[in-house]
Amino acid sequence: MDLDLPESTLAFRAEVRDWLAEHVVTLPSFDTAEGFALHREWEAELADARLSVVSWPEEFGGRDASLVDWLVFEEEYYAAGAPGRVNQNGLFMLAPTLFSHGTPEQQARILPKMARSEEVWAQAWSEPEAGSDIAALRSTATRTSDGWLLSGQKTWSSRAAFADKAFGLFRSDPAEVRHRGLTYFMIDLRADGVQVRPIAQLDGEPGFAELFFDEVFVPDEDVIGEPGAGWRVAMTTANNERGLSLRSPGRFLATAERLVRLWSETRDPALADRVADAWIGARAYQLYTFGTATRLVEGAALGPESSVNKLFWSQLDVSMHETALELLGPAAEVAGDWPDGWLFSLAGPIYGGTDQIQRNIVAERLLGLPRGDR
Amino acid sequence: MRFALSAEQNDFSAALDDYLSTADCDAAARAWADDDLGPGMKLWHGLSALGLLDLLDSGGSLVDLVVAFERLGYHAVPGPWVETAAVLPALAIGSGGRLASVVLPPHVPYGLDADVSDLRLLLVDDGVHEFEPGERLKSVDRARRLFRPEPGARIGDGVPLAFEHGALATAAQLLGAGEWLLATSVAYAKQRKQYGREIGSYQAIKHLLADTVTALELARPLLYAAALTASARDVSAAKVAAGQAASLAARTGLQVHGAIGYTAEHGLGLRLTKVRALVGVWGTPAFHRGRVLA
Ligand SMILES: Cc1cc2nc3c(=O)[nH]c(=O)nc-3n(C[C@H](O)[C@H](O)[C@H](O)COP(=O)(O)OP(=O)(O)OC[C@H]3O[C@@H](n4cnc5c(N)ncnc54)[C@H](O)[C@@H]3O)c2cc1C
Repeated sequence: MDLDLPESTLAFRAEVRDWLAEHVVTLPSFDTAEGFALHREWEAELADARLSVVSWPEEFGGRDASLVDWLVFEEEYYAAGAPGRVNQNGLFMLAPTLFSHGTPEQQARILPKMARSEEVWAQAWSEPEAGSDIAALRSTATRTSDGWLLSGQKTWSSRAAFADKAFGLFRSDPAEVRHRGLTYFMIDLRADGVQVRPIAQLDGEPGFAELFFDEVFVPDEDVIGEPGAGWRVAMTTANNERGLSLRSPGRFLATAERLVRLWSETRDPALADRVADAWIGARAYQLYTFGTATRLVEGAALGPESSVNKLFWSQLDVSMHETALELLGPAAEVAGDWPDGWLFSLAGPIYGGTDQIQRNIVAERLLGLPRGDR
Repeated sequence: MRFALSAEQNDFSAALDDYLSTADCDAAARAWADDDLGPGMKLWHGLSALGLLDLLDSGGSLVDLVVAFERLGYHAVPGPWVETAAVLPALAIGSGGRLASVVLPPHVPYGLDADVSDLRLLLVDDGVHEFEPGERLKSVDRARRLFRPEPGARIGDGVPLAFEHGALATAAQLLGAGEWLLATSVAYAKQRKQYGREIGSYQAIKHLLADTVTALELARPLLYAAALTASARDVSAAKVAAGQAASLAARTGLQVHGAIGYTAEHGLGLRLTKVRALVGVWGTPAFHRGRVLA
């Protein structure tokens, strides 16, 4: 057992640190039209330095970096205060899905543009009547000669107000129910029959959107995996969302370090314990991730333990931000990183499968407790 | 970087489990509490034969030590293990198989099993002193036999690592106790029926257990990292997190078991009370949090 980073990782870290020190910019929220456009530029700059998707194969714009190098990259990225990733749903959910289930043609066509955020992706899973119970979805896909016609409605789709494309599940076999007869599609949000209605979030910005589909044509080449087998494909995506890729420890460590610095300005004894616990939690998540990385490198697959990740980071994030706001006192209501981060953290226990659902998964699939009524 | 136990460490852990599972440690702990030290000393010698007493002196690492103390905590093995197997080596004093009692005020104010220990050490002002057992005190964990120290002659210099070793081994015992509490509660929830269903099928129970496993799983890597770095910040983080996770496991375990968990005949109480004692000794949570922020 050791925590020593290999020489090559140390060199890579130094390169990343230097590059970020020179290039990091502060951008407005990507939930505004202006911010979204600036984020695209930032992503292109990252891609030019081949730093936007370091763990991907070189042919798609990556560096073939190991999992550990990627974790170190993330730590540096967030420690440098670099902007959030506008294309995170694409990078961290669709891309792993394409690596496992996509055809070589799909990978070559989609991934390089994603790496530069020339195409920004939105996740179109939730529906008005299908939230936690995603298998209850009603949107349909009807077969035509060379593709499918999609109809129905998706909702709460992050970044969809400005995104170019979306990925999601539709019922392609009306005779089947629940998890069967679903197909996984990639959809052009500018296609005929698509209507995007932005929805303002708590901060008033259009952070997500409703999507209406009226016989939207999607060619066969935009189906991921086998028609009818969409649920299995989707589970790859879900494990990535809850697991370490979407929420790498880097961002929580960076937040915890910022919190410790904020605390040391006042050294408020009443809040010392909570600040310490925040740092301990972020360090625990980093180390837990190192353990997961070791297992993955040795050939294990991500299973229900990604729900343990999600439960842990979603609560850690909320408590770190609540503690920061208490430290700030009355100034906490003034817009800035902490209050913005707090609003964002509050969504963590809801999206990606609520924390109650994660607890059910942990209890049943990890601890083997009996299934109850749903 | 390879952040996982080696095959040898996993085997060592399994071997300890094998031995301790057949040894009826709960009975030994209860006897120990009643001053019948026979069964506990049998365990002491058995574990000593497995190399536990001189683990560090015979080339073992702190990670090995943590692996061993996790098992000691899991099985609630009684006796001054932290003092003898973890702290003595940091003072460069060999135990020679003898029991040691170590006091380190204010974090360790009382001498564990001091009346039957061959070595009684009081660490103050960077010095090592002898002490005599004074007044006997009753611990919340009945298997912890506590004595107020009567200071004696100075016999050597203290070593700063003594505290880190004690805190680390205590954290490992806490995590182990938490693991037992979780495993036993999960097994009980699968078997106990009320309203015609296993209680583990109710979400209220599931969610308690899911939160407990999450806390334990995220405390463990802190412990291993602390064993690798032995830095004050990492040791303190491990002690706080293991204490919190074990306390959650104790409260959850009691709630899941209902009244049977509140009885002295059930093994749950042995761990629940030990967890409470260990959370406060070798550095309180407040002390360790302070070191994290230092
Ligand atoms: C900021 C934000 C961004 C999002 N981005 C996206 C996105 O990009 N794409 C997308 O598809 N979706 C997105 N979502 C939607 C998100 O995935 C859903 O909100 C989530 O799955 C929960 O569904 P729901 O809101 O319909 O709540 P419901 O499923 O109606 O749940 C309401 C409450 O009931 C509880 N509950 C429900 N079922 C159970 C059960 N079986 N056991 C115990 N408790 C239960 C839930 O935990 C919750 O507390 C986003 C949500 C937010 C807040």
